Amino acid sequence: MVAPTVRLCAGPFDAAREEALLLQGRTDIGALVCFTGLCRDEAGTLAALELEHYPGMAESEIAAIAADALTRWPLQGLTVLHRYGLIRPGEKIVLVAAAARHRGEAFAAAEFLMDYLKTRAPFWKKEHRADGREGGWVEAKASDDAAAERWQE
Amino acid sequence: MKAVYFASVRERIGLTEEEISPPAGVATVAELIGWLSARGEGYAAAFANAATIRAAIDRNHARPDSPIRAAREIAFFPPMTGG
Repeated sequence: MVAPTVRLCAGPFDAAREEALLLQGRTDIGALVCFTGLCRDEAGTLAALELEHYPGMAESEIAAIAADALTRWPLQGLTVLHRYGLIRPGEKIVLVAAAARHRGEAFAAAEFLMDYLKTRAPFWKKEHRADGREGGWVEAKASDDAAAERWQE
Repeated sequence: MKAVYFASVRERIGLTEEEISPPAGVATVAELIGWLSARGEGYAAAFANAATIRAAIDRNHARPDSPIRAAREIAFFPPMTGG
């Protein structure tokens, strides 16, 4: 059974390095899907996102979602990284890297992980506006719930 | 038991965490939300839209009807927006 790498990061992470680590010394992997979620500047109006998280549960919940993915698809490697704290536009927020023999499993697992992370991992985004006015909490989207529900059949 | 609050719930209540001792009649997450809501204006505002508030018991997702009797830590927060 593959042991997933799950990590919360207080600062920027290097997605290319994580990808290289996952593939290092491996000759059995045929497909690697890496998803990176980034902080947008919302047409210049956003100065930063502040990611609040529930220490302890954030790690355990991501680990549980990763373990769930491993029961659904025969993955050969899995890395999930998630930032918390202040994140500037252009910086990466989340990385999901799923390795498998074939692309179908790798694509599906990466999408499943992102859908579940968004709706089950205890993180909350607050906007810091570029004009200095008080930003609000980002609202959860019904489309994210619908995306997560697809996997429950 | 310890109650912990996150994001907008934390801001409205004005606390990150506190020790609470609900009476024996408060048996579920939904009943605890009702009991907390009566503690003051900030609590009432935090739980005004109770149907949207999520809870976790000892760091596992809970439901409104989840029993709280054995809980050491109960967290309340709005729907998650990570990823």
